Amino acid sequence: MGDAREIIAQRAAREVKDGMIVNLGIGIPSLVPDYLAEGTRVFFQAENGILGMGPTPVTNADGNLSNAAGLPVTILPGASYFDSALAFGMIRKGCIDVSILGALQVNSEGDLANWIVPGKRVPGVGGAMELAYGARNLIAVMTHCEKDGRPKIVKQCTLPITTYRCVKKIITDKAVFSIIGHSLYLDELMPGSTLIDVRNTTEAEFSIALTFKEHE
Amino acid sequence: MHLFDKVTDYNEIRSQFFDGMTLLFGGFGGVGTPPGLIDCLIDTGVKDVNLIGNDAGFPWIGIGKFICLERASTLVASHIGSNPVAGELMNQGKLNVEFSPQGILVERIRSGGVGLNGFLTELSKGTQLEYNKPLIKIGDKEYLYEAPITGDVAIVYAKKADTFGNLIFDKTARNTNPYVAMAGKVTIVEADEIVPMGELNPEEIIVPGVYVKYIVPSKGYNWKWKWEMPVK
Repeated sequence: MGDAREIIAQRAAREVKDGMIVNLGIGIPSLVPDYLAEGTRVFFQAENGILGMGPTPVTNADGNLSNAAGLPVTILPGASYFDSALAFGMIRKGCIDVSILGALQVNSEGDLANWIVPGKRVPGVGGAMELAYGARNLIAVMTHCEKDGRPKIVKQCTLPITTYRCVKKIITDKAVFSIIGHSLYLDELMPGSTLIDVRNTTEAEFSIALTFKEHE
Repeated sequence: MHLFDKVTDYNEIRSQFFDGMTLLFGGFGGVGTPPGLIDCLIDTGVKDVNLIGNDAGFPWIGIGKFICLERASTLVASHIGSNPVAGELMNQGKLNVEFSPQGILVERIRSGGVGLNGFLTELSKGTQLEYNKPLIKIGDKEYLYEAPITGDVAIVYAKKADTFGNLIFDKTARNTNPYVAMAGKVTIVEADEIVPMGELNPEEIIVPGVYVKYIVPSKGYNWKWKWEMPVK
């Protein structure tokens, strides 16, 4: 089965289609490129100033050529470098086809909370607000529950909101949901999970999608 | 100092830093933050500094080195996640942190650097990052007003500068640097290479020298990146 993060990344990779412009957040989303289907040609955008980011260099890593998490990367033919204003200009305008972001909580209306746990984790918002605002398709990825079992797909987010009504799809280690209008729909179950388990561990109310499939 | 020869040394620069100043710094996670100017800033002993830049660096990288000395009183940044010391200082009330969406912060700096009066956006409306920013109603939509940002001093890292201060950057070390350079009242550039005027291709210059006050030579990064450190 592998670990939950890898399973989520593997499923999220299926949302990345040939010819897309893609921005990946840090954490689980950064694992997505490893699972792209063969022949999927996309351009990854990094908000620190690259369009056309390539894989991790095998040798000769360059401190001045990194992704937004600060890790060394390479570029592909046709790539460009640009400054931060331009990087976010293309994000806000809607040039990013799909953005995959880590999440702390999502509610049934697609509100995303992922920038702060008051009094505990204070990472800050970084580029998440702009990505959530501008991306044509925003996919939130996260483990289905907190370590203590509390659900992360909630009726109302208790953590401070990053962006309202932005999430279009939620991918967890238990299930895949879509948000259409103001409603949450269960699209599919992840391998090894059951409908009853998903019902018990999802606080938000959801309907079963017409296209629902138990497992891929 | 002549318009066409802005090259100087770090001793000359020291007097530009002062207690209580607003300091704009270029860089993204320390990539593109000028290492020699950070050390010079630390060495001057200035305090109560108001910092504005993309993030808080790492404790041993970039602006993070200065933040750890507790001589900054405020920080406007998009995140501080890579510098736990900044988080501790914030929680202890020793560092006042204002968070901004990353692209909005750089646009505010750009606005200051190009003589505009700020701009309207709905981006962080209704979130904690609204702070006390004015809401402006146009038609039936409400927008947040984002004020322009300028700095008393701006520190920038360039790959190449000519002696007038025309600048070229290196890959992802460009990031916020062009706009930080534009928004400083006194902009100081640390450059890996300083060349005579006429050597840079005018088509490739990113920041024209009109924005630059001083140029100092760089000895390159003097810190290890996180990915270069042994894994514990």
